[in-house]
Amino acid sequence: MIRVCGVEDVPLGEGRAVVVGGRRVAVFRAEDGWFALDAACPHRGGPLADGIVASRTVICPLHEHRFDLATGEERSNGSYCVAAHRVEVRGEDVYVVDLTNRSRGRPSLEMA
Amino acid sequence: MSRGESAGIVVVGGGIAGQAVVEAVRDRDRDVPLTLLCGEPRLPYDRVRLSELLASDEDPDALTLRPSEWFADRGVTVLTGQRVARLELEGQTLELEAGATIPFTRLAVATGSRPLLPPIPGIDLDGVYAFRGPEDCDAIRSAAASPGVRRAVVIGGGLLGLEAARGIVAQGCAVTVVHLMDRVMERQLDAGAAELLLPRLRELGVEVLLERETHAIVGDERAQALRFRGGEELAADLVVVSIGIRPEASLAREAGLRCERGIVVDDHMRTSAPGVVAVGECAEHRGVVYGLVAPIIEQARVAAATLLDRSSDPYRGSVPSAKLKVAGIDLVAIGAAEGDSEAISVDAGAGMYRKLVVRDGVAAGAVLLGDIRGSEALLAEIAGAEPVPDPLGRLAAAAELGPEDLPDTAQVCNCNSVCKGELIAAVSEGGCATPREVMARTRAGTGCGSCRSSVIAIVAAATGGLNDEPAYLCPCERQTREELAGAIREHGWRSVSEVTHACRTGRECGVCKPALAYLVSEIGENRHREERHARFINDRVHANIQRDGTFSVVPRIHGGVVTPDQLRRIADAADKYQVPMVKVTGGQRIDLLGVRKQDLPAIWRDLGMTSGFAYSKAVRTVKTCVGTDFCRYGLGDSIALGIEMEKAWEGLHTPHKVKSGVSGCPRNCAEATVKDIGVVALEDAWQVRVGGAAGGSVREGDVLCTVKTRAEALRATTAFLQYYREHAEYKERTYDFVPRMGLDEVRAAVLGEESSAALIERLRIAKAATRDPWLERDAPYHPRQFEDLDDPDSPADADEVLDDDAEPTLVGPPEDGAR
Repeated sequence: MIRVCGVEDVPLGEGRAVVVGGRRVAVFRAEDGWFALDAACPHRGGPLADGIVASRTVICPLHEHRFDLATGEERSNGSYCVAAHRVEVRGEDVYVVDLTNRSRGRPSLEMA
Repeated sequence: MSRGESAGIVVVGGGIAGQAVVEAVRDRDRDVPLTLLCGEPRLPYDRVRLSELLASDEDPDALTLRPSEWFADRGVTVLTGQRVARLELEGQTLELEAGATIPFTRLAVATGSRPLLPPIPGIDLDGVYAFRGPEDCDAIRSAAASPGVRRAVVIGGGLLGLEAARGIVAQGCAVTVVHLMDRVMERQLDAGAAELLLPRLRELGVEVLLERETHAIVGDERAQALRFRGGEELAADLVVVSIGIRPEASLAREAGLRCERGIVVDDHMRTSAPGVVAVGECAEHRGVVYGLVAPIIEQARVAAATLLDRSSDPYRGSVPSAKLKVAGIDLVAIGAAEGDSEAISVDAGAGMYRKLVVRDGVAAGAVLLGDIRGSEALLAEIAGAEPVPDPLGRLAAAAELGPEDLPDTAQVCNCNSVCKGELIAAVSEGGCATPREVMARTRAGTGCGSCRSSVIAIVAAATGGLNDEPAYLCPCERQTREELAGAIREHGWRSVSEVTHACRTGRECGVCKPALAYLVSEIGENRHREERHARFINDRVHANIQRDGTFSVVPRIHGGVVTPDQLRRIADAADKYQVPMVKVTGGQRIDLLGVRKQDLPAIWRDLGMTSGFAYSKAVRTVKTCVGTDFCRYGLGDSIALGIEMEKAWEGLHTPHKVKSGVSGCPRNCAEATVKDIGVVALEDAWQVRVGGAAGGSVREGDVLCTVKTRAEALRATTAFLQYYREHAEYKERTYDFVPRMGLDEVRAAVLGEESSAALIERLRIAKAATRDPWLERDAPYHPRQFEDLDDPDSPADADEVLDDDAEPTLVGPPEDGAR
């Protein structure tokens, strides 16, 4: 479990990037709670931490691919997937619990 | 790789055919070991849409059929960039060029085709390309866009050649298609349709020369011209060859499989070797090589059954059906183009040509140009060889048919074999509400995409009229701008989150948050409560995000007039922050590109200039010409008016960006006639235009009014700007807004004495509440407005042990399976 920031370090409804365990991760403070995804959009490497955050999704600022904050699955028209990591908040501190090594593929029938 | 009993099925060829075989096998058997060998260094992609890639700046990844996870999840081994050197039938192995040996128990050959290149002198010159893969696309695209290239020539006027030509035109290069035959697309079209197609192509910028046999490509190192039989020459610095394909059967041929043009297969897609099938453009079935998606997918299904020893209906050939995928031209050709009885309906002036071909009393083919209504119904009849006693009547009746009139059994998406009944079921049983959802569920419209409009019409009919669907600001909640504006006014909401809490707007996907943020700010006359989480990153850090995550910085330079001191500060800042590129923009400003987010506040401080809003949906530039001070032609002081306009409007957000221009005389050096708001000085008058465009769309602005004085011009343009701010949909440019509202309506509101004064007053009120966003350099809305969590001096990478007694208060992503 690795502390990544304090609760007040991320404005509500936004994300910020940080290096955790040698890996760049975007930490989000969404209305539904805290989430973490790998920082780079799997499409073209866009900074997901700079995306627009809704209750459970984030939209990459470069080409609008939209990802589920909890699972990392794409929720817009493609089938990209980004690794999602468990986050816990204890007191005023935010922790990434463990780093997922592999994104969970989506058993969908959509074409990329 | 070790040899074993479980060698399983191996598919050679990562094209549409190979992918189709993999999918058809997995649909029938989830466990059989399955390997896909792709010769190209990428996953299978939708080659049919390559011409779209040529015409756009989309990246090739967009054409990928399935992501790598798809294969992983289904236990399909994919090897990319692996070409097969040798097929050993006896030992049932494949030798890769890279050296490895891959065993198989069953094999599918889907090696596709390669472009045919004529053996003429000069075919190897630089500047000569085939059109086959994404690399060709990239090469052609960059060649077409390079400054030395003025004229491109496409050799070959078939379907692919015409699509390639259209793609090159989109790159801004003049294109001529030279074709051997006396008509284009002679395999699909009759002479009548082919002739009517020519003027349509010309309108799109594609010239066609018929009956030209290219004897040589002339040039020293680079292509310079084509020489035709008879000696005639045509200048060409870019040559694209698209004269046809040749089945890529060499691997099979060398292994001893029976081949003619392609690998010969029977009705079960079996080759002459046991356990080996062939599918797609490399295969020859009953003397025919199919190069279209729908037949290949049919073949793949039969082949999969054969590979798995399952029974299936035999493959008996397909009715070829082709659609020209050229934006602006509707053309469908089905089956035979000529027959013993033909019903034809032509309106040459309108470029409309419809023909139904009948052979032996049954439907055998159709050509539909300019008006393709009823094409699905006709395809169904032609595929079913249905009797047609009254061809003319049938053709007329088909034109009355929309896709919603089709029988449920009619196939709508030929690429993925989706019939109309499946689309309806997706709505009635699957709970899909929008065309997009239906397409995601059924995959209809996700192949070549040509059936999308039909899918949309069918879904609209099934859901009860999506056709009249209003433009929703929030599509998830189906809320229009007007509805939300009414609610915001009624309740006096001052922030995005108040609206979200009450109406759920933007909660689900967040896509509409910036639109809602604009609406809240516009209604609140900029006295709303600003919430940056609702803004795009550009409006959170007041700079334009670039492809690498850095930002661009464009200070305000009113009317393009700059002082030496400002230039010095810009130069100093560029040096100090090692700005990788400094560029003069088309809007007469200076762009500092590649600035890191954390450097933004400091660079703004050093510049000491205000924000140019080059990153936002807002008032951008007012471009001016030199006007009366120096120009010897100037009739009006364009610089003065331009600066007055920019100062009156700067800092205002708008539904979409607003680019303006003021020209001092009708020579129009500031290109004011193609600006959102443009003013041109005439003799003792100013002409005001609105709704112009010169980007992806090109539109001459409509003349709003012609007025006597500069002050009147400023008032008219200002009133229009506010009218646009209040009435346009978010992301609706003026060139869409003005035609939608109608010029008379716009004039009445903007030029009426009372309404004009009220608009200008409201704009002044909104303007009074703006402040330069770059001042946030000293008063950020959050301590980390411009920073990520990394502190360069003490990386946050150190593990910190946690006190186990502390209780988690918020928990992030659920465990697997909790979804």
